[in-house]
Amino acid sequence: MMTILGVPTQALFGQLLLGLINGSFYALLSLGLAIIFGLLNIINFAHGAQYMMGAFVAWMLLNYAGLGYWWALILAPLAVGLFGVVLERLLIARLYKLDHLYGLLLTFGLALIIQGLFRQQYGVSGLPYAIPPELSGGQRLPFMFLPNYRGWIVAFSLVICIVTWLVIEKTKLGAYLRAATENPTLVQAFGVNVPLLLTLTYGFGVALAALAGVLAAPVYSVNPNMGADIIIVVFAVVVIGGMGSILGSILTGFALGLVEGLTKVFYPEASATAIFVIMVVVLLVKPAGLFGKPA
Amino acid sequence: MPDAALAERETASASTAAPSLAIEGLEGWYGESHVLHGMRFDVRPGEVVTLLGRNGAGKTTTLRAIIGILGKRAGSVRYDGVETIRLSSRAIARLGIGYVPEERGIFSSLSVYENLMLPPRVKPGGMSVPEIYTLFPNLEERAGSQGTKLSGGEQQMLAIGRILRTGAKLILLDEPTEGLAPVIVQQIGHTLARLKREGYTILLVEQNFRFAQTIADRHFVVEQGRVVDCILNAELDANIGKLHAYLGV
Repeated sequence: MMTILGVPTQALFGQLLLGLINGSFYALLSLGLAIIFGLLNIINFAHGAQYMMGAFVAWMLLNYAGLGYWWALILAPLAVGLFGVVLERLLIARLYKLDHLYGLLLTFGLALIIQGLFRQQYGVSGLPYAIPPELSGGQRLPFMFLPNYRGWIVAFSLVICIVTWLVIEKTKLGAYLRAATENPTLVQAFGVNVPLLLTLTYGFGVALAALAGVLAAPVYSVNPNMGADIIIVVFAVVVIGGMGSILGSILTGFALGLVEGLTKVFYPEASATAIFVIMVVVLLVKPAGLFGKPA
Repeated sequence: MPDAALAERETASASTAAPSLAIEGLEGWYGESHVLHGMRFDVRPGEVVTLLGRNGAGKTTTLRAIIGILGKRAGSVRYDGVETIRLSSRAIARLGIGYVPEERGIFSSLSVYENLMLPPRVKPGGMSVPEIYTLFPNLEERAGSQGTKLSGGEQQMLAIGRILRTGAKLILLDEPTEGLAPVIVQQIGHTLARLKREGYTILLVEQNFRFAQTIADRHFVVEQGRVVDCILNAELDANIGKLHAYLGV
């Protein structure tokens, strides 16, 4: 058996793949958080709950409406995104003139309520969601076995991240978003409907979380706590990448997933804490984050 | 000067045209502090009018109140006969008012071209991008640069250029010459003169009344949030002593 630094290659690549998959979720989730924070100045603590909702909507579509994975991939982000739009209009829009802390409290409270409701209805044991038949099976690569669905998660997340980045950096809509992130008052004084832009941006960020939830449904069990578990790590990713940096959140998400995977190979005891140790170091050395601009 | 005399003076050269912008009893606040105390003046179509006054007199605040980005305002601001005091800044801009802020408001996360294209068209008849490039060739050369990498003068050209694209016919210009080299000031002066010939209406806030004199029709002197005097451009030289006293220069 081949080894690298005393570790079997099979185990090494296996963990790297797992890291890359976790990294895909970190990237999708922190990207949504970064977009929302950049424009709305809201630290969206409900992001994990909205990710969980995405997975549950996928499960409901299958079990109540007979609509499978591919439908869920489109409908769940739309439905949860719409829920985000309503949330923004009804509640979050009232907080823009207040301190960050209020947005944080509101969204944290919402997360607790949403998770509680789902726990009440579905319990905590987790619901199964099958891998779609088109993506079952796997590829035997020279150095490892690659399950198709896991490859799909990484590839699809990458595509979504890149497309989102391109839309923000290269389109007119993205230019409005960037400009309004810098100076919303002036953009509004040019005649742009900034409140609508804020609503759509929140809806889009939430939809990204829900999309990640659908992707996650077949690999993790669909569970009311799945968002709460991952969101703490995602916030660490956002802090490391730099609050509000779009590219930073994508790169940091994937990179930290890999770091976590490597830690599992070489020093498994530290795998749960590695990201937080990195966060502490980054905060000490570069408080604005790796890609953040100093305030 | 008593109000009646001021009013008479304001209308001394009045054309019969209805004012493009008519401001009466305009009050404005920054948070708790009351900055504008019953501003009153008007700008006629095709006219260039300046607001002169010391720092802190309320000139910039007046422009911010007109475009609707001051926290709180009251009184009357009518544009082409439409009362705007209760409208949002978005709706006010859509009436055809373009705003060039004092700090220029160039976006650092946008390229020069993106900055130029950012403000939506609000009225037909705005300049095309090639026309704006003819006016400000530097903008074409640096179209791909980051907006804030431009020199101060170029940023000012960009801030004016992007408004010309929108079709706005009333332009609020806040200290366009501040901190710029004389040659750039001259170029901006030529541009404003050309805009005036093309029928734009311009409300200019300016510290440099020698610059203002080259293009303006009338000057309103602002003190402590009120218009205290109106000087016709033709009479500026005759009133230079008075103006020095107002401005404390």
